[in-house]
Amino acid sequence: MKEWFSQLDEKVYGKPLVYLDNAATSLRPRSVIDKWTEMSVKNNSNLHRAVHYTASKATEEYENARKQVADFIGAKPSRIVFTSGTTASINLLAFSFGECCVREGDEIIIAECEHHSDIVPWQLLCQRKKAVIKVLPVDETGHLCVDRLPSLLTEKTRIVCVSHVSNVLGIVNPISKIVDICHSRGVPVLVDGAQGIVHLPVDVGEIACDFYVFSGHKMYAAPGTGVLYASGDWLDRLPPYMGGGEMIGTVKWSGSTYAPAPQKFEAGTQNISGVPTWCPAITTAEALRRKDAGLSAIKEYVLEKLHSIGGLRLYGEPAFPEDKIPLFSFTVEGAHHEDLALILDKMGIALRSGQMCAEPLMDRFGVTGMLRASFAPYNTMKEAEYFIESLNKAISMLR
Amino acid sequence: MTLSEAKQAVVEDFSMYDEWLDKYEYLIELGKKPGPFPESSKTDEKLIKGCQSRVWLDSKVENGKVIFSADSDAIITKGIISLLIGVYSGRTAEEIADDDFAWLDEIGLRENLSPTRSNGLVSMIETIKKIANSLRDNG
Ligand SMILES: Cc1ncc(COP(=O)(O)O)c(C=O)c1O
Repeated sequence: MKEWFSQLDEKVYGKPLVYLDNAATSLRPRSVIDKWTEMSVKNNSNLHRAVHYTASKATEEYENARKQVADFIGAKPSRIVFTSGTTASINLLAFSFGECCVREGDEIIIAECEHHSDIVPWQLLCQRKKAVIKVLPVDETGHLCVDRLPSLLTEKTRIVCVSHVSNVLGIVNPISKIVDICHSRGVPVLVDGAQGIVHLPVDVGEIACDFYVFSGHKMYAAPGTGVLYASGDWLDRLPPYMGGGEMIGTVKWSGSTYAPAPQKFEAGTQNISGVPTWCPAITTAEALRRKDAGLSAIKEYVLEKLHSIGGLRLYGEPAFPEDKIPLFSFTVEGAHHEDLALILDKMGIALRSGQMCAEPLMDRFGVTGMLRASFAPYNTMKEAEYFIESLNKAISMLR
Repeated sequence: MTLSEAKQAVVEDFSMYDEWLDKYEYLIELGKKPGPFPESSKTDEKLIKGCQSRVWLDSKVENGKVIFSADSDAIITKGIISLLIGVYSGRTAEEIADDDFAWLDEIGLRENLSPTRSNGLVSMIETIKKIANSLRDNG
């Protein structure tokens, strides 16, 4: 499986690259790169617009991807909107949902562990509509205080926004339970699946959330690809976000009508070479999941070793193994996260350091930043061992 | 030591190490030396913007020479700012303002820091230059 990902053969500073920044973006397999270039080399044409052969070929690839994405999460293709990524999906939703459903004084509940892209679009909406944000807190172990949710929900709550898995804590949030609580009060739920979709089987019917969003680049597909799934008739009720070509029914000076969803939300020329890479990316994800056993062993090993390092604080302590994806954010007493990242970089290890696009969560834990190692199925036990060994070495250099 | 001698001394120190990890060791040693920097001086105005870690830089003029002091919560960053201060502290504002800072490229510091850290280095240099420029123009 390692041979699918040619970047694993790269050397940095003369050392083999140990890529542990998978939560930021995954590596891309050969099959995805092949599809991506094929779309530029052979099938480049704009979509939907022309009757010629190549246009219909490109359109077929694009719509096939929609079908495969829909199958992957147990949805209908007509409920899948293609965007440029999670951030774009949430901005679209915050705008369109805001236009249709949010008024002055209304409330939006956001989990404390959210990525900036599930916070700032809602703040922009709240500024526009004079609505307010309420925060669903996380506890010391990184688990959402779901028992606080019922009392946060009021007559004025319009939507609840929560990640499937936080990009800092790695804890699998109890989203079905959250959806149940919210739905019993008539409140819709957005799930940010940017991290969840990579490691967990997702069936939107079972989760029963109203909206589920994710990015292609974190799960092996081309960058600049993303998905907004919406349940039931949400896409028919929401007004469009961007206007332009391809999203319309008719355009007259007296006014325009719109195409049915999902085209209503896909204005302008789309990512014609990126979107078809969803197909090989999903095939890869499914194949890697079947071989997931190795990753659980790595997760167990890293967790145990990190716990044994003196002065190390892990954020997101799992209650049981499946409670966490193989993503570890931590701080070390007497060793600044940035110093550690810099030294480990020179040892060939790619990690993330800093606020990780979750400043409110950094404030929650009283830190200026953290160091994060996030593993993918193509990482090996040997790499995990090298990471732990190097981390220990770096800490002793700094102390 | 003149300014150019001070720069030359650092360049020579650095050339003793082939490996970047060894250069980091050197910076860490520098960073570990406690500089006299009171907590009360760690204000937002003295914070250098554009660094991932927090870096404070303070300056005063004594006998016509600019005296810098600095601190950071990250040791390598503190080592880097200590390196800069070691070279530029005790010089006149003119000397600092007219310097080209090219020795930093000679030791490869700029290209060997991660992009965020390298932005931090650029901000440190800019701040030192700005202080020197304003002292020269007002002095
Ligand atoms: C949980 C979460 N939400 C949202 C995002 C933003 O994704 P993108 O940058 O692909 O739009 C990320 C990516 O870092 C993430 O991890």
